Amino acid sequence: MAFYSTNEFKAGLKIMLDGEPCNVLENEYVKPGKGQAFNRVKIRKLISGKVLEKTFKSGDTVEGADVMDIELSYLYSDGEFWHFMNNDTFEQIAADKSAVGDTIKWLKENDVCTLTLWNGSPITVTPPNFVELEITETDPGVKGDTAGTGGKPATLSTGAVVRVPLFVQTGEVIKVDTRSGEYVSRAQK
Amino acid sequence: MNSSATWRPTISIGNLRARARVLAQVRTFFAERDVLEVETPVLSNGTVTDEHLHSFSTEFVGPGAAGGKTLYLQTSPEYAMKRLLAAGSGPIYQICKAFRNEEAGRCHNPEFTMLEWYRPDFDHFDLMDELDALMQLVCHTEKADRISYQQVFIDCLGLDPLTATLEALRTVAANLGHGELAEREADRDTLLQLLFCDGVERQIGRHVPCFVYDFPASQAALARLNPDDSRVARRFELYFRGLELANGFHELTDPLEQKQRFDQDNQKREVQGRPVRPIDPNLLAALEAGLPDCAGVAVGVDRLLMLAMDTQRISDVISFDVGNA
Repeated sequence: MAFYSTNEFKAGLKIMLDGEPCNVLENEYVKPGKGQAFNRVKIRKLISGKVLEKTFKSGDTVEGADVMDIELSYLYSDGEFWHFMNNDTFEQIAADKSAVGDTIKWLKENDVCTLTLWNGSPITVTPPNFVELEITETDPGVKGDTAGTGGKPATLSTGAVVRVPLFVQTGEVIKVDTRSGEYVSRAQK
Repeated sequence: MNSSATWRPTISIGNLRARARVLAQVRTFFAERDVLEVETPVLSNGTVTDEHLHSFSTEFVGPGAAGGKTLYLQTSPEYAMKRLLAAGSGPIYQICKAFRNEEAGRCHNPEFTMLEWYRPDFDHFDLMDELDALMQLVCHTEKADRISYQQVFIDCLGLDPLTATLEALRTVAANLGHGELAEREADRDTLLQLLFCDGVERQIGRHVPCFVYDFPASQAALARLNPDDSRVARRFELYFRGLELANGFHELTDPLEQKQRFDQDNQKREVQGRPVRPIDPNLLAALEAGLPDCAGVAVGVDRLLMLAMDTQRISDVISFDVGNA
């Protein structure tokens, strides 16, 4: 496995820390005057999702993490695993509940998701930035409200709950931004 | 044609003008005080032995050096200026480029502008007064605070840096979230520098500039030891708003002690597998001939400008940073 010195640290580099693969977010060179220089590094742990700051002596080396992102389409869940497929090779990979995490509420069949693999096994599943899902339940709009403010909760086919404008009704398909969990628009027919 | 070429300067035209104004202000400041402006070579035969300074080098080929001769780019003009002082120059200052390899970041550029000056018959406290006056002129700061290295550690971390055991230093480092790094670190000064970086520097000089003086003797560099307490050296640093701005000494004038320190530096380099540096014989000869009792300080001009212009990045105050130089 490759080792990286602090001079090679930059946003996106994957390194091992406390036995967990991490993504480097920021790398700041600090030196308080004469003497030893340090690198103050902001990292995200890829399994726990925790963001933390870690200080290294400049020039120290750290083991790289064998982490890669691949795009796979979501097939189905058997209750224990969520199955994804490579559309080119038809190879399938199953992710467990901890890897899928909160993404579960955005998973729609055939949508292409990003799976982060560590040593070949999925550790996180990231949904597409935008998904289109059907509203299974929402209150009928209140008459007279045309300003579009406030909105109302709507339950989607995956179980996710988002706030939608009053004019959107049960049975409609809407576009949602999965990064913020916010309603974007009605889906294009 | 490379369409992605980054020909544009990193500095704005407004900051470019402000930079010129500040440099003119500095020159007037010293002219009024009868301090002589000098220039010394950027390339020299010798270089620094300091284990934490990494100099650039280049190859001179020409008359007298047909086979090529290594010359070093200065990390500061200190040695040459001390030779001028020994030759009887009187008070001198210089604004020049200094070069330090391996240093690049938000507040660092490997090539930067340094203001360095020397005052015969001043001690480090006199020189702090003068630097404070310059800060007030250029950065419109209020009168600076002063605190000893020992006291600032006691105030910020509840730890006496001169007497604390290695274990105590590690414990405090662990409390700051550096347990792993501290555990593997056997060098006392590295631990102190880590604590200073994370536990002290963030807490001082927030509203007014702060001088920290009397650094541990093990971090004396070219400062003389304090005759009243040989555990510390007459070295000071200036901090303001998270920036380290200046490093000054009541200068060591004893050639034997200076040579010993250089030798110790090189021993450390050997242990760490870093290249041993040739000790500058001209500097030692100048000290032997007699360096006047003096104090000297080096100021990072670009950082001074960052403060004067209220910007967060060194690239905002230099025309082209190392990325597009």
